[in-house]
Amino acid sequence: MTVTQNRAVESETSAAREKVLEVKNLRIHYETPRGDVIAVNGINFHVYKGETLGLVGESGCGKSTATAGILRLVQPPGRIVDGEVLLNGVDLLKLNESELRQKRWRDASLIPQGAMNSLNPVMKVKEQIGDGITTHEPGMSRQAVKERILELLTLVGLPSRVYDLYPHELSGGMKQRVCIAMGIALNPSMIIADEPTSALDVVVQRVVAQTLLDVKKKLGVSMILIGHDMGLQAQLVDRIAVMYAGNIVEIAPVRSLFEEPMHPYTQLLIASIPSIKERKPLKITEGLTHDLRNPPPGCIFQFRCPQVMEHCRKITPPLRELKPEHYVACHLYE
Amino acid sequence: MRGLTRGYVIRRIGMFFLTIWLGATIIYIIPRLMPGDPVSAMISRMMAQAGRIENTEQIIAAWREKFGLDDPPLTQYLRYMGNLLTFDLDYSLSSFPARVNELIARSIPWTLGLLTMATIISFVAGNAIGALMGWRNTPKTLKAILPFSLTFTSVPFFMLGMLLIYIFAYGLRWFSPGGSAARGIPQGLTWDYIMTVIHHGMLPAFAIVLASMGGWALGMRGMMITSAGEDYLILAQAKGLRLGRIFWRYSVRNAILPQVTALALSMGSIVAGSILVEYLFSYPGTGYLLYLGIVNSDFTLIQGVVFVLIVATSFAVLLIDLLYPLIDPRITYQKR
Repeated sequence: MTVTQNRAVESETSAAREKVLEVKNLRIHYETPRGDVIAVNGINFHVYKGETLGLVGESGCGKSTATAGILRLVQPPGRIVDGEVLLNGVDLLKLNESELRQKRWRDASLIPQGAMNSLNPVMKVKEQIGDGITTHEPGMSRQAVKERILELLTLVGLPSRVYDLYPHELSGGMKQRVCIAMGIALNPSMIIADEPTSALDVVVQRVVAQTLLDVKKKLGVSMILIGHDMGLQAQLVDRIAVMYAGNIVEIAPVRSLFEEPMHPYTQLLIASIPSIKERKPLKITEGLTHDLRNPPPGCIFQFRCPQVMEHCRKITPPLRELKPEHYVACHLYE
Repeated sequence: MRGLTRGYVIRRIGMFFLTIWLGATIIYIIPRLMPGDPVSAMISRMMAQAGRIENTEQIIAAWREKFGLDDPPLTQYLRYMGNLLTFDLDYSLSSFPARVNELIARSIPWTLGLLTMATIISFVAGNAIGALMGWRNTPKTLKAILPFSLTFTSVPFFMLGMLLIYIFAYGLRWFSPGGSAARGIPQGLTWDYIMTVIHHGMLPAFAIVLASMGGWALGMRGMMITSAGEDYLILAQAKGLRLGRIFWRYSVRNAILPQVTALALSMGSIVAGSILVEYLFSYPGTGYLLYLGIVNSDFTLIQGVVFVLIVATSFAVLLIDLLYPLIDPRITYQKR
């Protein structure tokens, strides 16, 4: 199914497709006593209507921070330094607090990383899904809200008794489904799923991922799926953006990326997918990453790159389109 | 009720009585280990007032017999326990022939009134200050002012009390320096009497509130900061909820849970009164009564006051245990 979907994606020309989200030069820093940590270093990407964009990279590469930046949820000491986040043409970074509040959830929702702690322990499921709805739909009757919540629970495959339960009465997978139900409650045009399955065991992970995919297909919503599980990404997303130390180093349709990964980091990431057929040593351990407060001149990946060249240390490679929709930031292909 | 089983309630109430029995036994033993004999203490006090007293030996012997102090310890203990069952707390040794029951009954309303009000005000104000101090979205100016309200927390209770008396009673003459009501106004549910009681209670209440508010505020602030990083708060923000709702339903609602437990524990000590404050303001509450008992080696009075304190604390804890499932849905006594 993924393959046919991807073919459809690849056959369309980018100009004809509507961009729901456009992130331009987004830059997010964390303040520390010894200088700013550059968590997101001026990244650019977009998400088409109905598309799922995967965002991968190792822990700490800035993928969660980047998406938190989209919803302006970056927690202090982090702050958005520069950039534009155009959601349906409106720059979210320029809105005032109350305008932003109205956009949140209605236009872009979040399925959080740790579903375990993402639900308020002292509120019932119905209240937690409900307050998101009533805040944005103040005119909705109590009965209508209740029906909507029950409908959402069915949609994500939860029994209706969950309506009246507290979070601690649910299993991890159920909590994650509640979060999914919450995220789609207002039919947003954009869902940001921040490693929605990372806290779950493998079996539940697949089931929840399937739920997410089904729901997404039914609603035709656009989605950013953050993750570090390349295998899961390969099955769920249309295009993948690979992040390294706050920079996007490669964006490509999922098939193109797996068939012909171009950036050395992407190649290492794909090579490090564990196989059940053979044991192979991890390739990515060599070399240290740089101090994020003080990125080196030139390519961001130079210290760990197996194919590093002399001018990689001087000139930063720009993100260039080498094949249709396949962008890479690397000097190897010049 | 949610989260409660009958088995648990019965066991919990059993626990309540066991605690009281243990407490009662301990307060029976401890004063008897203290040096000093209450009867001779009383005689010497009488001698101090009246000069020489004839036949002190006989008087002491007669009183020891009257109070049963020469009986074997076990007999005394059993008699004491039997009396407790009927809430008979015996005669006061120092203000004979008054009974301890009467003394306590007379002073408890004062203490309950003063400390209940002071504790509630201090709890509400302290937690509000702490919650605002620990919240990220509190306006900067407010955040800069709030810590000043806690300045007096570092001043000891009694110092603060003396300072207040000096300023407001002797300096400004807004309040009277002590007592519980103005003389000459007949006791009763009249407007005048209620007003004078409130007027007299204000200064000691103010001392208690000022001194104890900071503890609540610091506890609450800590809890707010701990919970600030919780994922559910970020999700609440992502949902576009109004700040007020995030503050009350998500932040404060979770942060206040340990504070409620602390409040239940302090409820017990309300009955004991605040010894120093009551002494300082000559407020006729249980704290002052306990002070008198200690000064006069009055076994029975000390026992009585402490016994009431034990019952009150145990009862407050029992109550909070039974009510806690309502406050925190994660606590349940049902077996699953």
